[in-house]
Amino acid sequence: MEYPKELHYTRSHEWLKQDGEQAVVGISDYAQNSLGDLVFVNLPQEGDTVTAGEPFGDVESVKAVSDLISPVSGIVCAVNEELLDAPENLNSDPYGAWIIKVESVTATEELLGAEDYQRLCEEEE
Amino acid sequence: MKLIFEKSVSGRGCSILPPCDVESASLPYGLERQNPPALPEMSETDVSRHYSELCRQVHGVNCGFYPLGSCTMKYNPRIDEELAALPGFTDVHPLTPAEDAAGCMEVLALAKRYLCEISGMADMTFQPAAGAHGEFTGVLLIKQYHDARGDKARTKIIVPDSAHGTNPATAAMCGYQVVNIPSAPDGCVDLDALQKVLGPDTAGLMLTNPNTVGLFDRNILEITRMVHEAGGLCYYDGANLNAVMGIVRPGDMGFDCIHMNLHKTFATPHGGGGPGAGAVGCKEFLRAYLPQSSLMQEPGHLQVRAFCGNFLVVVKALAYLMMLGAEGVPQAAENAVLNANYLMQRIKGTFRPAFDRICMHEFVLDLSEFKKQTGVSALDVAKSLIDYGMHPPTMYFPLIVHEALMLEPTETEGKQTLDDAAEVFRSLYALAHSDPERMHKAPHNTPIGRPDEVRAARNPIVRYVPA
Repeated sequence: MEYPKELHYTRSHEWLKQDGEQAVVGISDYAQNSLGDLVFVNLPQEGDTVTAGEPFGDVESVKAVSDLISPVSGIVCAVNEELLDAPENLNSDPYGAWIIKVESVTATEELLGAEDYQRLCEEEE
Repeated sequence: MKLIFEKSVSGRGCSILPPCDVESASLPYGLERQNPPALPEMSETDVSRHYSELCRQVHGVNCGFYPLGSCTMKYNPRIDEELAALPGFTDVHPLTPAEDAAGCMEVLALAKRYLCEISGMADMTFQPAAGAHGEFTGVLLIKQYHDARGDKARTKIIVPDSAHGTNPATAAMCGYQVVNIPSAPDGCVDLDALQKVLGPDTAGLMLTNPNTVGLFDRNILEITRMVHEAGGLCYYDGANLNAVMGIVRPGDMGFDCIHMNLHKTFATPHGGGGPGAGAVGCKEFLRAYLPQSSLMQEPGHLQVRAFCGNFLVVVKALAYLMMLGAEGVPQAAENAVLNANYLMQRIKGTFRPAFDRICMHEFVLDLSEFKKQTGVSALDVAKSLIDYGMHPPTMYFPLIVHEALMLEPTETEGKQTLDDAAEVFRSLYALAHSDPERMHKAPHNTPIGRPDEVRAARNPIVRYVPA
């Protein structure tokens, strides 16, 4: 299981990367591994408002549908639409396959560093 | 096995349709198709054999044990089907004036009276076609209630995470914002978490009790009181009514409206693609918002479906209730609960129950430790059960338990079936420790092993295309 040091994580297993003014959001290796093979993603649209701690979309695996929880409040400025046709990218490359980019960030969820997040995942195991 | 299209032979056929005895009419210009549809051409013998072969490939409640949790796959008495097939019920036209269909009207009225008694509600509609449609109708009652009072600030519906998956979908379809609250470690509603989200924006709460982990929420009176105090209403999802029917009434628990799945709890086969019936009951103060029905004196109500809904499903429910009687209904619920607890106790010592307390009609096994030890997943166990002639339990649900298997034996299984099932679970537990590889590849004795579920979900082929 990988936990890249430069990322921040939520307790609901999303990752966040600060890229200049933008916050890039995806799901963690642990998340994709516990969800299993993903078959569908439901994404917001550019210009949508997202709220920290609230769902902004969902991912569906053979097992279940799970909400994607936004780590930040702000405006969606980019959506990785490739995922609509290739949700499996979230399984094969969870840290490369970003889901949304958010700008005008006004609030941020409580985030964990890589080490704390790894500890959380190991406890959940 | 070949598809019916692949068995087709040009020119073959069987004349099962009677000759046309009405004047023929043609479609408006432009709506007629250019080529005849590519329907399979087969003899009656071949059609009959085709469907018998299909039938042998599936597992129904008539083939063996079917403990699919939260689905209540119980055996439905044949007599209820027979009564619903009486020509007085099947040959009545939906536009027949009420006075010429007195028998049907009596069925509706009597079924309503009994089901209102069981649910503790004042009135009921039979229009909704199934459970999700019933939920939708029920939450619309809540919406109408707030709207009629001019209370536009109530925009949120609270749904605990142990709720049925349809609950948040229903709330969203009715235009509400869904507020999910996590359950407490005992699997029931966390009162503190509930208190935090209640407020002047609360339209209502949707709850299943017993919930999806098979536990009766002991705080139910406190929960409904808290919601009412905040000005919200309480919606009861009747999905698990089988565990409490005739014993405790949702109306007495403090719920304001409810839907009941007549096609699962009350003798219509479940899971066959319909028809079903999601009867919606409500307390007196919501009666004004019920959809129009032929039992109402006053017109002017809106409808959620044509006519009386799926009437024959109501006939079966009434037949079932009259067959069981006032003593039999609670007895069925008691047996459902007894069977679940018996099976849980017989399996205990191998697979671990997620919550170690007396359960209601269903229980959840938590295989996460087991998977860590053996590498065998809940999916592998489920697939292995098929080799023993058992339908797998519900897997990976509820989401609050990882590696979950959810079993609901129902009241219609005898002790021998439960003992046999427990033995199967015990031997699979042993097999996982001695030969996990065999379980990764199960089932071994079926015409089809493991379908590629991922490919089927990503690239479904839903239409036959000739080679």
